[in-house]
Amino acid sequence: MSDQERAHVGDWVEVERVILEPSQRSQNLPPETADKPLLMWVKGFARGEAALGEQLTVQTMTGRLVTGRLSAVNPGYFHTFGKPIPELVHVGAELRARLTAYRAGAGDAGNERGGA
Amino acid sequence: MATRYEEIMARRGEIMRRALGMDYSAFERSPIAFDYEAMMADHGYSLDDIKRIQAAAGVGDTPLLELKNVTDLVRSISPAGKGARIFVKDEAANLAGAFKDRRASMSIHVAKEKGYAGVIAATSGNYGAAVASQAARSGLNCIICQECYDSRKIGQPEIVEKARVCEAYGAEVVQMTVGPELFFHMLELLDETGYFAASLYSSFGVSGIETLGLEVATEMKERTGAYPTAVVITHAGGGNTTGTARGLRRAGATETQVVSASVDLSGLHMASDRDFNRKSFTTGHTGFGVPFATWPDRADVPRNAARPLRYIDRYLTVTQGEVFYVTEALVKLEGLERGPAGNTAMAAAFSLARELPREATVVVQETEYTGAGKHHWAQLNFAKEMGVEVRAGDPADNKPGSVIVIPERPEQIQARDFDLERMRKSYVRNALHAAPAGYQPTAADLEFLAADTHTSVERVEEYLRELAEVS
Repeated sequence: MSDQERAHVGDWVEVERVILEPSQRSQNLPPETADKPLLMWVKGFARGEAALGEQLTVQTMTGRLVTGRLSAVNPGYFHTFGKPIPELVHVGAELRARLTAYRAGAGDAGNERGGA
Repeated sequence: MATRYEEIMARRGEIMRRALGMDYSAFERSPIAFDYEAMMADHGYSLDDIKRIQAAAGVGDTPLLELKNVTDLVRSISPAGKGARIFVKDEAANLAGAFKDRRASMSIHVAKEKGYAGVIAATSGNYGAAVASQAARSGLNCIICQECYDSRKIGQPEIVEKARVCEAYGAEVVQMTVGPELFFHMLELLDETGYFAASLYSSFGVSGIETLGLEVATEMKERTGAYPTAVVITHAGGGNTTGTARGLRRAGATETQVVSASVDLSGLHMASDRDFNRKSFTTGHTGFGVPFATWPDRADVPRNAARPLRYIDRYLTVTQGEVFYVTEALVKLEGLERGPAGNTAMAAAFSLARELPREATVVVQETEYTGAGKHHWAQLNFAKEMGVEVRAGDPADNKPGSVIVIPERPEQIQARDFDLERMRKSYVRNALHAAPAGYQPTAADLEFLAADTHTSVERVEEYLRELAEVS
């Protein structure tokens, strides 16, 4: 079993808990929300050993003890910028060209910008 | 038998009283009215005190930048004689990268002074980073509760980034799936820990924003010889509008138009597990802006310090595509790479400046930091992954949750006026509903409602007559 699938005492991990079952949830939720449990994830230091999916108690950064299913060992951050957006990549060049043309054509605007 | 949810919600008043260290009942005047100014003054900090506290916290005195290239771009597409000068207050220069630091610095100062061991805030946005950063400086424990994931554990990239930065500051981040019960769990945590509720809507937090309005007014006066013609404010829960407008007034800028701006997210449900990851904006949108303005006391405090209808002169909406386009324009024309949500007011200002004379000035009063996840490219790439179509075209065809239309030309950017009269009437209806059935508003109530809607007693009486006819 790899290090990513098993937590040891002191490891930085994430656990998952059900906060409210669907039947316990607030009234007036749209159906696509009402039929799902309210889930919670929190990170902390493992207080015991567990494999992914097993119950484990963690001590969070504020010192609270929280018990839940082990959902990740040493969880990382993988959000990015992603690829340039084709609908936006032309915007800079187009607007700079517009500015150049406007300033070349509008002598009075140039005067008003004096001191710029 | 009461469920755990019902038990905690029933104890809401008691839990919040201990967690805020403030008894709101002292300000109540009737089932409708309360003494707003007495509540705002109750903390006892003068504006000078707040400036001093914020300076020590690394907050405030951010650069005011004139956007000469954006201004000329606006003039190039405006009628003769039109095209106001546009300025921006670069709030990203605050310690944790947003104007929210002004709020957090005051909340944390109060928590520390009152002797709490830690703070808790329910927020998926910049306020979490601000609270976590200020808590770290003050040596307080910090828990941030976020609505972060849909039921498949797919996270909104901007909120995932916010979790990262809060954890970087040493906060415990409690990440939840979609639903208003986030507030319930926050109450459970306040009850368990005895920590301070660093609410976005307390008088401490909202007072902290008054320095922003003050700086905008005084710096514009120094720079241009006059107070700004209009200040455009990205509007969600209402604190930004309220605090900024109060600061402008305190500086003497009573003629400055207070213009709030939100991204139009009409048609999307804020508690929907499906819509959650199709919004492309986590704040600054109408999904918060309209309900919080028309009923501020839906917040996590007994009486909300953020009461935007008291101050708004005009409420503009812009489309998702317009904000992303203007965000890209700001980077390329002004060398100012900032987060998209904070540029909501920038998109509205771009449109507003075309209507105003060249002598007029428009101030966009915030920017926010940007980075992985919290960037217009990240949001658009994520939207595509969630099945939202992204295309170039006429922004009028933008449909939240289905199609994001990026303008093809700057001429297409056109903010729309939201009907303020409808919002004011809706607020009066909500205030009546909150009172016991059959309660008849007194003369003092009418005066309160007039102040809270920025209208007159006569106008409130008209609303009441119209509402009586409907019911």
